[in-house]
Amino acid sequence: MQRRHSVLPGFNLALGFTVLYLSLIVLIPLSAAFIKTFTLTWDQFVTHVTNPRVLASLRLTFGASFIAALINAVFGLLVAWVLVRYKFPGRRFIDALVDLPFALPTAVAGIALTAIYAPNGWLGKPLMDLFGLKVAFTPLGVLVALTFIGMPFVVRTVQPVLEDLERELEEAAQSLGASRLQTFVRVVLPTVLPALLTGFALAFARAIGEYGSVIFIAGNMPMVSEIAPLMIITKLEQYDYAGATAIAVVMLVASFILLLGINGLQWWSRRHAERKN
Amino acid sequence: MIRKTAVRSFLVAAFLAGGIAHADVTLLNVSYDPTRELYADFNKAFSAQWEARNKEKVTVKQSHGGSGKQARSVIDGLEADVVTLALAYDIDAISEKAKLLPADWQKRLPQNSTPYTSTIVFLVRKGNPKGIKDWDDLTKPGVAVITPNPKTSGGAQWNYLAAWEYAKRKNGGSEAKAKEFVTALYKNVPVLDSGARGSTVTFVERGIGDVFISWENEAFLSIKELGPDKFEIVVPPLSILAEPPVAVVDKVVDKRGTRKQAEAYLKYLYTEEGQEIAAKHYYRPTNAKVAQKYASQFPKVTLFTIGDAFGGWQKASKTHFQDGGTFDQIYQPGKK
Repeated sequence: MQRRHSVLPGFNLALGFTVLYLSLIVLIPLSAAFIKTFTLTWDQFVTHVTNPRVLASLRLTFGASFIAALINAVFGLLVAWVLVRYKFPGRRFIDALVDLPFALPTAVAGIALTAIYAPNGWLGKPLMDLFGLKVAFTPLGVLVALTFIGMPFVVRTVQPVLEDLERELEEAAQSLGASRLQTFVRVVLPTVLPALLTGFALAFARAIGEYGSVIFIAGNMPMVSEIAPLMIITKLEQYDYAGATAIAVVMLVASFILLLGINGLQWWSRRHAERKN
Repeated sequence: MIRKTAVRSFLVAAFLAGGIAHADVTLLNVSYDPTRELYADFNKAFSAQWEARNKEKVTVKQSHGGSGKQARSVIDGLEADVVTLALAYDIDAISEKAKLLPADWQKRLPQNSTPYTSTIVFLVRKGNPKGIKDWDDLTKPGVAVITPNPKTSGGAQWNYLAAWEYAKRKNGGSEAKAKEFVTALYKNVPVLDSGARGSTVTFVERGIGDVFISWENEAFLSIKELGPDKFEIVVPPLSILAEPPVAVVDKVVDKRGTRKQAEAYLKYLYTEEGQEIAAKHYYRPTNAKVAQKYASQFPKVTLFTIGDAFGGWQKASKTHFQDGGTFDQIYQPGKK
């Protein structure tokens, strides 16, 4: 193997640093969570985790996160497309706006969203009056908050791929008689799909762990609008550290499996696209 | 050369000695959310009189948050010289889990280590449109009640227990009737915020609910800050005596050498000056003379204590708020 010149000092040092860094920041804290649950017997663990309130909160967290990520995948792609393909006044401003959910403290987002969607809020009141739709303090409110915080992930992962996408390909497809839909499905989508899946996965993962923005808008009714991170906080308030980490471990394992699945899908779609070329 | 070193070490020694002579002592008071303004005032008063008497400057730093969260921080190593929390259960946890103070800490200061007390009252919208007078009115259909989740808020546990004991007394001591009553009450709760301040926002800013179950001092504060033209306080004839206790954290003060100052700090809460400050921040003073002076501010209520009604916090917590306790049973699936 030929040694390639690298600007950073050697592979050994770099890998050593990488492993150390990841251990300190990620691995050790996470394994602490696992070790804490080992103070529970298997039966206790199962009782903690299969409690109907915990299960309801897990269903809500994973369900709402999934739907929020789906919404973001569709509309995030649209936003990215508009930002890349069109020049219009205020484009820079809208582009910067996309990052806001990244930068904002999530509690601020939560309070702002609640104020707007509450039954006496700017949007909450007309929605209630016109459609009888209650947003804040229902699972729908949870969905709104999770969609808000996940949005930039899809836009920011898809945007660079769209920028690289050559317009000539679409023009070629059209000149060969493809309809708009065919061009989109056969030409544009395969190219952006891996990035879109990445954005989806990131938005999904982010939503699962979200606490600050959701807690204000959720209403936190047991069995209805309690999210799983709140259950963890609840356990901690009772000084039940092991019970809290038990739920955390379930969330961790579930998200890991889901992310693994999404990564697999992404790998498959990339291979699929390459084989076609 | 030698002389130079000698001079230098003399200078260093002098500097160190001087440093020690003028050393400022700092105390950390770990407290819960609504006492922020109270202790800001109290710390100023305490430091001033301590400096006048002992020629020593004491700075007291404050830390505020949810009571349970604050207790956990102390257990996990936050070096609090004194803790002033919302309920004895949280200081018990510090004693039990981290062994930072003895189990009988509550006997060390007068009145169960509670220098000032409060009670649970109702905050209603101006004019009291739903005519709320007593606990019974909270279970009526169509009355929306705002109170935080007792599983995540220590303050909310007082609300819950006050309602429970009221119903129990009214029904000749029946626990089953009390449970029925509390279940009906929580069916009227449309939003369970995780903390007391969150609930205040829900009731006051979002305009949700007809009545907000609140600590008396918090209710006064809401009215003072938001205008008496919007809300009024309804005091039920029977309520609970809320006792937010204080304690010196032995292991920390011994390690930091601040025991003398920390103990004086808490004792000062019981003096007339300390009691005045508590009363000004709408806490009920325990000193008879100061209580007399502020009698018009605090309506007379029949009050019962946690000890009398529930046999102490440990027992109350186990029956009502632990997993599977009465509060969880209210929200059992299938029970709508």
